[in-house]
Amino acid sequence: MSQTRVEAPAAAPEGRSAMRRALDGAGVQNISLLIALVLLVALIGAREPVFFGAANLKTIGTAVAISGLLAIGQTMVIILGALDISVGSVAGLASVASAMIFTATTGSAPLGILGALVIGALCGLVNGCVIVYGRVNPVIATLATLAAFKGVAQLVSNGRAQGYTGSDPVFVFLARGAVAGIPTLIWVLIIVALAVHVLLKYTDIGRNIYAIGGNDVAARLAGININRYILGVYLATGVIAALGGVLITARTGSGQPISGSEGLELEAITAAALGGCAMRGGKGAVSGTLLAVVLLGVLTNGMTLLGINPFWQNVAKGLLLVVAVVIQQVRSGERRVGLPA
Amino acid sequence: MTPTMTPATSGPALRVEGLGKRFGAVRALDGVTLDIRPGEVLALMGENGAGKSTLLKIITGDHRPDDGRLLLGGQEVSFGSPADARRAGVRVIAQEPEIIPHVSVAENVYVGALPARGRLFSHRALSERTRADLERLGFAGAMDPGCPGERLSPAQRQLVEILRALTGEVRVLAFDEPTSSLSDHEVSALFALIRRLRDQGVAIVYVSHRMQEILRLADRVAVLRDGRLVGVRPAAETGEDELVRMMVGRDLSAMFQRERNRPGGPVLALNGVTTDDVTDVSFEVRAGEVVGLAGLVGAGRSELARAVVGDLPIRSGEVLLEGRRLRPRSPSDTVRAGIGFAPEERKAQALLLHRSIRDNVSLAVLDRLSRFHLVRRAAERALVREYADRLRVKAPSVETEVRRLSGGNQQKVVLARWLARKPKVLILDEPTRGVDVGAKAEIYSIIDRLAADGVAVLVISSELPEVLGLADRIVVMQNGRVTGELDRRQAGEEQVLALAMADQITSEGARQ
Ligand SMILES: Nc1ncnc2c1ncn2[C@@H]1O[C@H](COP(=O)(O)OP(=O)(O)OP(=O)(O)O)[C@@H](O)[C@H]1O
Ligand SMILES: [Mg+2]
Repeated sequence: MSQTRVEAPAAAPEGRSAMRRALDGAGVQNISLLIALVLLVALIGAREPVFFGAANLKTIGTAVAISGLLAIGQTMVIILGALDISVGSVAGLASVASAMIFTATTGSAPLGILGALVIGALCGLVNGCVIVYGRVNPVIATLATLAAFKGVAQLVSNGRAQGYTGSDPVFVFLARGAVAGIPTLIWVLIIVALAVHVLLKYTDIGRNIYAIGGNDVAARLAGININRYILGVYLATGVIAALGGVLITARTGSGQPISGSEGLELEAITAAALGGCAMRGGKGAVSGTLLAVVLLGVLTNGMTLLGINPFWQNVAKGLLLVVAVVIQQVRSGERRVGLPA
Repeated sequence: MTPTMTPATSGPALRVEGLGKRFGAVRALDGVTLDIRPGEVLALMGENGAGKSTLLKIITGDHRPDDGRLLLGGQEVSFGSPADARRAGVRVIAQEPEIIPHVSVAENVYVGALPARGRLFSHRALSERTRADLERLGFAGAMDPGCPGERLSPAQRQLVEILRALTGEVRVLAFDEPTSSLSDHEVSALFALIRRLRDQGVAIVYVSHRMQEILRLADRVAVLRDGRLVGVRPAAETGEDELVRMMVGRDLSAMFQRERNRPGGPVLALNGVTTDDVTDVSFEVRAGEVVGLAGLVGAGRSELARAVVGDLPIRSGEVLLEGRRLRPRSPSDTVRAGIGFAPEERKAQALLLHRSIRDNVSLAVLDRLSRFHLVRRAAERALVREYADRLRVKAPSVETEVRRLSGGNQQKVVLARWLARKPKVLILDEPTRGVDVGAKAEIYSIIDRLAADGVAVLVISSELPEVLGLADRIVVMQNGRVTGELDRRQAGEEQVLALAMADQITSEGARQ
């Protein structure tokens, strides 16, 4: 038996082949998502060559940009061991806010965007404070703010679309511009994804987020200020959701209290779970979530191209999620007893 | 509840033959053949990671062997699950018992076997029954049958597990380090129980790292090393030296003897500290000094430690670090101020089980390993390697997930975390629980070196020889109060015990 000095593959649980172990190192989660994606692309592409057209690829990219942003925020929260189901409402509120501030400042897009992001930060902070200081379970807390933020958005907007940003160059650039041939929307997603990826993987902050999700008592006794991390992560998630809201405003040309943002929280959680985030916390990665976002985008797009009834699309997404999680659980050797972790 | 016995046959109750088990690249067991006889206590010894728990898990159906077979009463059996083994009368008292937190002791004991009339059962009858069980087994008053599982001390959890095992028919009963969380008094009661079961014809397997216990209790001793059976000796014909040699494969240097340091000024001082669990506690720990905190399980020592590090509120009194008053709101304040705390329950309170040794060891030093919040990975690896090697953590690599390590090696990972942090004050709660002889000596000498470097060390331990061998000064607590302070020169087991049990002999049950 060797000491720690020896480099060898980590001991795998019983009943694993060498192949399995090799894959483990590379991240089976991502590889199986990739395989699913390749199969799906081949299947759709074979029947509808249009699928590979640059225009269609851009469509997919821009379609997933907003839900992708929210999914990345959700990834952070889930790794921390919590959940944020208010992100859709935050996006709606931010969308309204950006358009209303834009109008109020007689056409200042930067102020509109900045204002929306500040409001997103405040929403996140409210979530964090209710959880930390009110000792409310994260699901309940954000279920409450899901309703409350949506209500605020409807109140300030009277339930109607606000302002008109469709002729402002900044919003137009966000919605339809491109840099180096790639749509701005996709750039926004890429930049946020990279930033969160670096944060989670390479900084002490990210490592502490994993630690808190893994065992909060241990993290606390090791000197990590858990409250500050909860507040920080919810705040960041609020800002990212608000950015999503700004993009909704840009794409539709006006502030939308509800349409465009309702239901985004479910898409975000779906993508994170499909991407390998464990709901008990401490496990997950931006790369997996991003792959899952793309997979879901391709699925929707492909089924639309193939003319499949949109109701079936929802069934397919649900099925995909269950299958993915079942595979995960089987892989982790979870015993089939009682409520799963 | 009285275990029904199989008629005393001459053959072994359980025989394992050529047992082999691998976990990936690790050979946890390799060709082990052993007889477990009725009416006999067979002790199983070996270093951390030698394969003891794995062997128990195989005979109780938790793991399937890769090679070899099990013969129960001469007939080959194969257990698909612990439930199968239980039905066949093979039970294990786990190293860390699973307790259902929100239900009562009585329900925890009878879980899965609730005595009921139809679907109805009476809480009161169940409580009475559990109380009677406790009395019969010599643990009267050790706990309240109505107490919820989450409030139990480690000793009481152990007891629940034992009661559970005895609710059915038992032919083979295995204990995996049962005494590591018990006080001396409870250990004696446990031994009396084990002897009684043995005399009734139960075959007992007893895993422990404590030499004296084994020589006191066992009839035969089997030693494992790196998954292989080194030998089996009658307990009466062997001794500490031979067993250690068999376990580690070499002679171990003489019993640990701490060098005396000349302690510096007080680093940590407690003045009349009162919390929900302790009252008016005052003592100090100087630089370069090791203070032992002795007492029975439930004396409030762990709670005191948690209050000092800011994990539990202090109601009155003060804690001074280098003369300055600490007002911690959470452990992050005290860690930053320079206090390290390795808690007593490693799985629940210290480890990230699903993460690597590297992540676990570097957890408390990440801030120092980072520049502009970016973790310097090379420095991190080097640091983790250094401490994992110094503590001889046995694992394929530092990337191994901690849940795959043996119990003792997990404990070393916790210690490595705090050694890497280099605090001014280090509080260690049961630092050698479940650690083998070799590693124990290693940990003692590391504590000694820390003190020599000027660290103020507070060691909470229920093992008297450990406290006596390690501490410069011993503070004894009972029922949340300090009952005395002894200098190392005046301290003997009797003095410490007298202070620990000053007014009452029974350790109080369900303290919260
Ligand atoms: N589920 C598992 N997956 C991978 N490796 C394992 C697993 N369980 C045990 N091992 C490895 O098998 C070896 C034997 O472990 P085991 O728990 O039997 O040791 P032990 O003798 O009980 O040690 P200790 O005294 O520390 O409790 C160790 O190297 C351990 O890391
Ligand atoms: Mg063990």
